[in-house]
Amino acid sequence: MAEVLVYVDHVDGAVRKPTLELLTLARRVGEPVAVALGAGAADTAAALAEHGAVKVLTHDAAEYADYLVVPKVDALQAAVAAVSPAAVLIPSSAEGKEIAARLALRIGSGIITDAVDLEASDEGPVATQSVFAASFTTKSRVSKGTPVITVKPNSAAVEAAPAAGAVEALDVTFSAQATGTKVTGRTPRESTGRPELTEAAIVVSGGRGVNGAENFALIESLADSLGAAVGASRAAVDAGWYPHTNQVGQTGKSVSPQLYIASGISGAIQHRAGMQTSKTIVAINKDAEAPIFDLVDYGVVGDLFDVVPQLTEEIKVRKG
Amino acid sequence: MSLRIVVTVKYVPDATGDRHFADDLTVDRDDVDGLLSELDEYAVEQALQIAEDADDAEITVLTVGPEDAKDALRKALSMGADKAIHVEDDDLHGTDAIGTSLVLAKAIEKAGYDLVISGMASTDGTMGVVPALLAERLGVPQVTLLSEVSVEDGVVKGRRDGDAASEQLEASLPAVVSVTDQSGEARYPSFKGIMAAKKKPVQSWDLSDLDLEAEEVGLEGAWTAVDSAAARPARTAGTIVKDEGEGGKQLAEFLAGQKFI
Repeated sequence: MAEVLVYVDHVDGAVRKPTLELLTLARRVGEPVAVALGAGAADTAAALAEHGAVKVLTHDAAEYADYLVVPKVDALQAAVAAVSPAAVLIPSSAEGKEIAARLALRIGSGIITDAVDLEASDEGPVATQSVFAASFTTKSRVSKGTPVITVKPNSAAVEAAPAAGAVEALDVTFSAQATGTKVTGRTPRESTGRPELTEAAIVVSGGRGVNGAENFALIESLADSLGAAVGASRAAVDAGWYPHTNQVGQTGKSVSPQLYIASGISGAIQHRAGMQTSKTIVAINKDAEAPIFDLVDYGVVGDLFDVVPQLTEEIKVRKG
Repeated sequence: MSLRIVVTVKYVPDATGDRHFADDLTVDRDDVDGLLSELDEYAVEQALQIAEDADDAEITVLTVGPEDAKDALRKALSMGADKAIHVEDDDLHGTDAIGTSLVLAKAIEKAGYDLVISGMASTDGTMGVVPALLAERLGVPQVTLLSEVSVEDGVVKGRRDGDAASEQLEASLPAVVSVTDQSGEARYPSFKGIMAAKKKPVQSWDLSDLDLEAEEVGLEGAWTAVDSAAARPARTAGTIVKDEGEGGKQLAEFLAGQKFI
């Protein structure tokens, strides 16, 4: 069976959930061979084996942290040369898409980004994408070279599928471009203790109706009662009420959780683009005419300052 | 010596319009009004600020697209860019991101550059891969997704805000930069700017001007193929209740019924 390369997104050896989802999709197309780079690369092997990686190619060097993107492209190119895979799958993060683009160009292959599903076909993997603010669904293939496909978080279930996961050292020679862009400083983001926005099963978002940074505490309390991530509309972010890293929408994150709760968000196209594919959508808004209500499974027309605290209390009571 | 800045811009269908696909599964550009991609306005803005801080700089805006794409160039010129290049050729219809990066890279090399500035992504295709592809093709550093950017003494510096960390980046020119919508609000063209733009030079190049063959671009030259495009079924109408004091509890009841609580 053909091998499929899976690029591993990890933090010091802790594999992030979207990579495990990729392994589920990779097994539909071939035998997953994982590529883990940088500090802690070898520590990823156990989790990857548990979810279907037959091999884990690892390489660690200071370049991966000290320079932007290109060292990782060099390593993946070496892995492609070593394995001759049927496809390369990469998580659809900002960095993942940049790595994928440069790799595809180097190996003379087409690229598809932001796939939300993947299936095998006689003509290679077929990727499903959600486009034009999720108003259309397309199916596409790479028609030249080894398909390079980036996949969005929450596109597949994480499945246990024990495999060998044998660790092998990857031989990497860095290109002249590898050291072109130096990372001169890095400030880790402070952990909020909440799930990652794009990976969360439940997202609670606030918008213009929240009316002030201090009022986001209400949104956070509701999120915490459900173990959810917190999102914000562009209006709320532009007003400085919540960080840009939490923005849901066209120029922010695109999320596809099991449950999306929009509070004080009217539902402009900008926002819908980032949350329309959520499984269940709930909204609370004062304006009965707000376009968000066209999308909802359940909507409450009312003041979020009344509804949200009551909802949070009721959830706490029910959860005991 | 003058700092030569090339800003790549895209003419896109208005996101608030009824965007859809043509029969050949390319983006339909005829039935929906187009405009300069909003995210490219931030690239034009940062180019203007960098040029204002430099002793001597010249900004060229570059687009690849059909006849109407001139509107996007005109907007950038009215914001303050100095001149424009429009790559237009019937054979470009259906070109994918890899092909677009080929055309842009050839045009950038022909124009001459010290710094290329792009937006973070287009608002139609939203792939966000062209800046990285340009850096790979041009063989220069990629300094991308910046929320803050400055150029001094031949070095570009910037801040890249990622999910896990905020990074400070640095590279020598020539380089390819992309900026996010957090980099600073784009200015509105002034009346004076709009009038001045009408007199600014817009050069038109076709594939032969760039030594490119028709087979290298367009639908035929694409390395990807779209098999189908279907409108997403409308969501079935949900339950809407008016809060009369129990709205929060009613919502909790719904969530419990869906096993979220």
